Parts: sequence; structure tokens; C-alpha cells
Amino acid sequence: MGQTGQVDRSKMAQGQALAQPLRRATHYALLRLKTSLAFIVLLVFAGAFLVPIVWMVSTSLKVDAQVFTDPPTWLPSPLKWSNYADALTYFDFGPDLRNTLTITLPAVTGTLISSALVAYSLSRLQWPGRDVVFAFILATMMIPKWVTLIPLYILFNKIGWVGTFLPLQVPAWAGDAFSIFLLRQFFRQLPQEMFDAAAIDGAGHATMFWRLVLPLSKPALAVVVLFSFTNNWTDFLGPLIYLSDPSQYTLMLGQYNFFGVHSTAWTQLMASNVMILAPMIILYFFTQRLFIAGITFTGLRG
Amino acid sequence: MQKRRQLTLGLLFASPWIAGFLAFTLIPMVSSLYFSFTDYHIIGAPQWIGFNNYLEMFTQDPLFWASLWNSLIYSVVSVPLDVVLALIVAVLLNMGVPGRFFFRTVFFLPTIVPGVVTAIVWTLLYSTQNGILNAFLSGLHIASIPWLSSPDWAMRALILMTTWGIGQTVIIFLASLQDVPLHLYEAAKLDGARSLDLFRYVTVPLISPVILFNVIINLIQALQTFAIPFIMTGGGPLNSTMLYPVQVYLNAFQSFRMGYASAEAWFMFATIFALTLLTLRFSRSVVHYS
Repeated sequence: MGQTGQVDRSKMAQGQALAQPLRRATHYALLRLKTSLAFIVLLVFAGAFLVPIVWMVSTSLKVDAQVFTDPPTWLPSPLKWSNYADALTYFDFGPDLRNTLTITLPAVTGTLISSALVAYSLSRLQWPGRDVVFAFILATMMIPKWVTLIPLYILFNKIGWVGTFLPLQVPAWAGDAFSIFLLRQFFRQLPQEMFDAAAIDGAGHATMFWRLVLPLSKPALAVVVLFSFTNNWTDFLGPLIYLSDPSQYTLMLGQYNFFGVHSTAWTQLMASNVMILAPMIILYFFTQRLFIAGITFTGLRG
Repeated sequence: MQKRRQLTLGLLFASPWIAGFLAFTLIPMVSSLYFSFTDYHIIGAPQWIGFNNYLEMFTQDPLFWASLWNSLIYSVVSVPLDVVLALIVAVLLNMGVPGRFFFRTVFFLPTIVPGVVTAIVWTLLYSTQNGILNAFLSGLHIASIPWLSSPDWAMRALILMTTWGIGQTVIIFLASLQDVPLHLYEAAKLDGARSLDLFRYVTVPLISPVILFNVIINLIQALQTFAIPFIMTGGGPLNSTMLYPVQVYLNAFQSFRMGYASAEAWFMFATIFALTLLTLRFSRSVVHYS
């Protein structure tokens, strides 16, 4: 609006009456434009992020001639489902799955029970030295596993555990620092009145732990189970070091070995990749909320 | 008497961790420090050799320096790249776009893919002859890149891959962005601040502790990266992707030089500790704690 020279009063009033809705309209148009731009950028990013997974699934269904074509073949035809059956001749999916479960189930159980017990001690019990122990637990989260990897191997070798599942199952029973931390924060927020009432009824700490704390903390316990499960399921370095007999291979080790021996059997490699990944993706879709809650917890307490 | 009982009870409940800490952390760390001053090959007894392992590392082992340098480059490039990218994605997700739940899932999904699977899939994507990445580049009339087979490109390929794993960082940023009180934005808008100003002067200071947290977590992870380079390149070509942990693994579990590898592991611990402290020190003037 021109500020120079003679300004007609009525025109200015008109202008002002117009300016308000106009400004609001521009504001909303701009906002919509911004949101649309953000949407488009996210769409491009998301597309790029999906390429590896889509390409894996697509390749797992191709005939060999379609793996490296120019231009790339996204939709294989014919769909070669037999790649999945063929992958099983290179890769002992069934036995490897059983080994993975044999390691994962006791490890998850141990992490859950021990972490909950320790967290109970750190949140609901008063004892001298408690805060020192808690500080130590937090400090251990900063120690890289590489420092203890070699001496632990030497130790387990001495007691004859190398070549067994024990080094991958037993240490979990000491509890896990992150899980203890998460459960401690959760247990602390449970209302004190409940514990007072239980104490009047004559409940000891074992009863309170078992009957009060555990049933009330199901979401937090579920996060611990989920994280511990994924960590053990996907562990590569542990099995790589401790297991050498192919009959003991985990899914990760079996797949690594398959890749090492048949590094160009792309269609079958991708088929076994899909078989390994599918259970994880299914698990994720059912427990998405817990995953996100657990990760958010890590970030916001940091 | 009461106090005594409380201490016993507390220790009893905490005993799994205390026992585990002694057996699986403290005693191994002390013995690792001892092994680092010995020549030890699993078979036979450790021979005390004083500082010889450390001397060999610093003065006679070119691979030690090369792998240390590689890990530093890898971390110093990938961490800022990933944290900035994650922040951009989180800010975009926080702008009230439709389909946010879908997007969040897509960005998070790669973080649950096991390292072994990631390594094999990306080896295929990076194929020089008509791999999907090179096919895309050729669509843009860019000559194909020897991603994993050239010493110049292999490290870049490894770093580029890390962006696929920003999901957790995105989730943490998104949660912290949602915690920024709306009235602060409105107050700033009344003062005539534009979107970029809002981001620069309101959002960034308020979430700066979370930025720092993500930088440190990503840094610690980057310095310990093992599975992906080990599976994809084995440290090659010409040691160009020989990250420090891969080299420690090879010394410990292929050459069975347990003493030497222990010394290297301790040096890694010291490096991570020093870099974390350095980041914290540097951040003191930048991070805003409310």
C-alpha cells in the first residue's frame, strides 16, 4: 500500500478492511504450501528408505537373468517362488532357528527376571550404598563391549564354555543396565499408598514384588522383553566368536556363512533375508507402540 | 539391627547385577588390562612384556594407525550427517503432514533389520554392474561408481549407508519436538519471528540437550561399528574400510594375539571416553539446559 503522497481516507479504510482477511488467507495458503512441501520431501525420503526392502523382496522372486537388468526390473515375471525352497538347501533355516531360540529364550527370561529384581531393590528398598550401586550401573552403560570381549572369551575358554551356547545365555542373568534403569524409573512412579496398605496386610517384599509390582508394570516389562529379544535375535559378534560348529549356527551366523560361500546367489540370498526379516517385521507391527515408547524413554532421560 | 536387615534385603535383590558386574565386567576389565602387558596366544601362559604391545601399536603397526584414522573419519562424517538428517526428518514429520504414522514406520523399519541382512542387501544395491544405485545414476547420466570395489569409494559407500539407520534418532527428536511448549512459538510469532527464526532461536536451544544426547550415542556406536564392514568388505579394498573394531577382531580371533588385542581394546575405550568428554566440553557453551 502506497504511503507516499495524498492518501484517500476512505480507500485506506477499505484497504484495512481487506488487509485482515487477506493476511489470514495468505497465512493459511503459506501454511498449506509449507505442509505440502514437507509432505513431498517426506515422500521422496520415504521412497528412498523403502528401496532396499522392496529390492530385497523383488530380487527374492526373480529368475537370475532379471537381477541385473538395465533398466532395473521392479516387478519380476515370472514370480520364482522356488528361490525360497532353494535357499533352504544352502541355509539350514529350521535348525538355525531352533538354535537362535535356544539362546534367545533363556537370555530374555534371565534379563527380565534379574533386571526386575535389581530395579525393585533400587526403587522400593532403602539401603545404604543403593545410590552408589545405581551410579555404577549407569556407568557400565558407557563401557564399550570390546574391552570385556577378549577377557570373557579367555575366561569362557578356560572353563570349557567356548563352543557351547552358555556364553550367550548366562551373562543375561546378571540383568541388563538399560533394562534396570528403565524398570527402576517405572517402579518409582507406583503409588506408595499401595505398598503401605500391603505392608499393613503383612505382605513382605517378595509378595509385594510378585503380586504388586510385576502385574502393575506390564508395559515396562514388555519393553524390556522386546529389546532383549531383538538384541539377542540379531546378535552377530557373540555367536561369531563362541560358535564354530555349523550345527550350532544361529540364523545370523547361518546367513553370514551362506553369503560367504555363495556370495552371488542373489535370488536365494534375498529369499533367506526375507525369511529372517519377516518375523521381526511382524513382531514390530504388533508392538510398535512399545518400541517407540522404549526408544523415546532412552532419549528423554539422557 | 533394622538397618542391617535392610542392607541384607537390598543386596539380596540387587545380587544378580552385583555378581554379574564382578564376573562379567570388573574382573574381565582388570584381567584385560593385565593381558595388555603380556604376550598371550591362548595356548600357554601369558608372558609379561611390559609396554611392548603399546610400543608396537604406536610405532610398528601401520594398520593400527590406518584403522584408527578410518574409524575417526567414519565417525566424524557419519555422525553429523545422520543427526542433521534425522533432525530434518523429525521437523518435517512434526509439521502436521498427513500420513505421519506411515512415515514414522518407514523411517523406523530399517533399524530393526539385523546387521547381517543389511550388509547383504546393501552389497547387492552397491553392485557396480547394473546395481540399482548405479542404474539410478545412469538414469541421471552419471557414470557408474565402483562403490565397494574401489578404495576411494568404499568408505563413502559405508558412510552413505548409515543414513538408512537414522530411525531411532528420528523418533527421539520427534518426541522432543512435541515437548516444546506451543506458547513459546506463539510468543515468538507475535514478536514477528519467521519459521526459520523460530527453528533457530526457539526449537534448537530447547532441544539442544537431546541433540547432544543423539550425537554422543551415535558417536559411541559409530566408533564400535563392526558387523557391516566385516561382512561387506572385510576391511578392504586395500584396508580402506578397515575400521578399528574389525582390526581388533582380526588380531584377537584370527591371529589369537590376545595380549596385543587387549591393548588395542583398552586404547579404544580411552579414545571413546576422550571423544565423549571432548563433545561434552565443547557442548557446554552451546547446549541450553532449562
